[in-house]
Amino acid sequence: MRRSVSTGALLAALGLGIAGLGASVGNATASAQPPPATMEIKIDNFTFAPPELTVKAGTTITWTNRDDIPHTVVSTDKVFKSKVLDTDGKFSSTFSTPGTFVYFCSIHPKMTGKVVVQ
Amino acid sequence: MSEKKKDELLHDHNDDGVDRRGFLKCMAWAGTGAFFVMQGGVLKSYSLSKMPRLGPRSAGELSFVQISDSHMGFNKAANPDVVGTLKAAVDKINGLPTPPEFMLHTGDISHLSKPEEFDTVDQILKSASAKTVFFVPGEHDVLDDEGKAYLERYGKGTKGAGWYSFDTKGVHFIGLVNVLNLKAGGLGTLGGEQLEWMKDDVKRLTHSTPIVVFAHIPLWSVYPEWGWGTEDSAQALSYLKKFGSVTVLNGHIHQTLQKVEGNVTFHTAASTAFPQPRPGTADSPGPMQVPADQLKSILGITDVTYVRGKHALAVVDSSLA
Repeated sequence: MRRSVSTGALLAALGLGIAGLGASVGNATASAQPPPATMEIKIDNFTFAPPELTVKAGTTITWTNRDDIPHTVVSTDKVFKSKVLDTDGKFSSTFSTPGTFVYFCSIHPKMTGKVVVQ
Repeated sequence: MSEKKKDELLHDHNDDGVDRRGFLKCMAWAGTGAFFVMQGGVLKSYSLSKMPRLGPRSAGELSFVQISDSHMGFNKAANPDVVGTLKAAVDKINGLPTPPEFMLHTGDISHLSKPEEFDTVDQILKSASAKTVFFVPGEHDVLDDEGKAYLERYGKGTKGAGWYSFDTKGVHFIGLVNVLNLKAGGLGTLGGEQLEWMKDDVKRLTHSTPIVVFAHIPLWSVYPEWGWGTEDSAQALSYLKKFGSVTVLNGHIHQTLQKVEGNVTFHTAASTAFPQPRPGTADSPGPMQVPADQLKSILGITDVTYVRGKHALAVVDSSLA
């Protein structure tokens, strides 16, 4: 499962490369391609907000820790796992595969969240 | 909370322990230090000013100190100087009337598991009168590496993730690790391997052996909504039913709380770094900012004394103020 995420990131990079190539030869249609979607999840008061987020496949989600205490973002089936995030630390993951991903803070396991990829 | 409420109304028929009025007195002493004695499962408390009436301590006694939650590396508003407050804790220890034989550190030594944070704590603790420190890890000490760096530094002679036991002056000490392999939605966890070890560890001991168990996250349900408890602590405590005197010392919640249940006295220590809210009194746990001139009054150390033959461990909380 970890592989599918990194493959997704690779494909996204490849897509940017092609778009860049299009721009370099002055092809205006390249800019018509929608930018990759990004979404934010904030960590405040030991809570992921929003606790549940539904996104389209290919979306990159960025978590930001706004507490004075470090947290982590770890999926229960090990699809993604952040390093420890100190105050204002960020972690991003691109979701290329549809499915439901439950995650939690491995330091404060009462903190849980869910990402649904369509 | 309901369990705590129950204890507040603990009645004592020996005339000198905690009844409701006594408990309210304890509350008034908060911040100035109180003295707790457990005898035959009944918690008795005295103000520090009345300690002389307890009489001289008998020979063969064992005195040790618990410190907790140093969070070295923390630098936010709740305490920008955790070095200074840890040093103040060491000064407090060095000023105790009976020098402690050793220290227990019940975890969250560091804030972010960084080598330099552990180095700083080790350096500061070297100036304490008690030279030996027994550690158990907090969740902040095992970030990112499943506790490998912690074990390399503090794990000599320990089992598994760093648990161990030792005997001194007739008291059996058990250091447990409940901050690893935590499950989503859950609490602190000891795990099957550690529980099996513990069961075996206490088998050979006689019923009259005083037991001291120490671990980072409370081994009783202080406030599960905030993760302040340990999933399988009941299993661990079931192995200790045969013993007349069991004292459980924890950290993690950065405030002192006591509870007596049968033969077991539970006690959580103050942090040397920053306070946290009382259970359920805020949106979440976390560093609590108080006026700077009050900070040291809610940080502290815990002094524990065992008097041989009395099966009693006296637990004293002192603030750093």
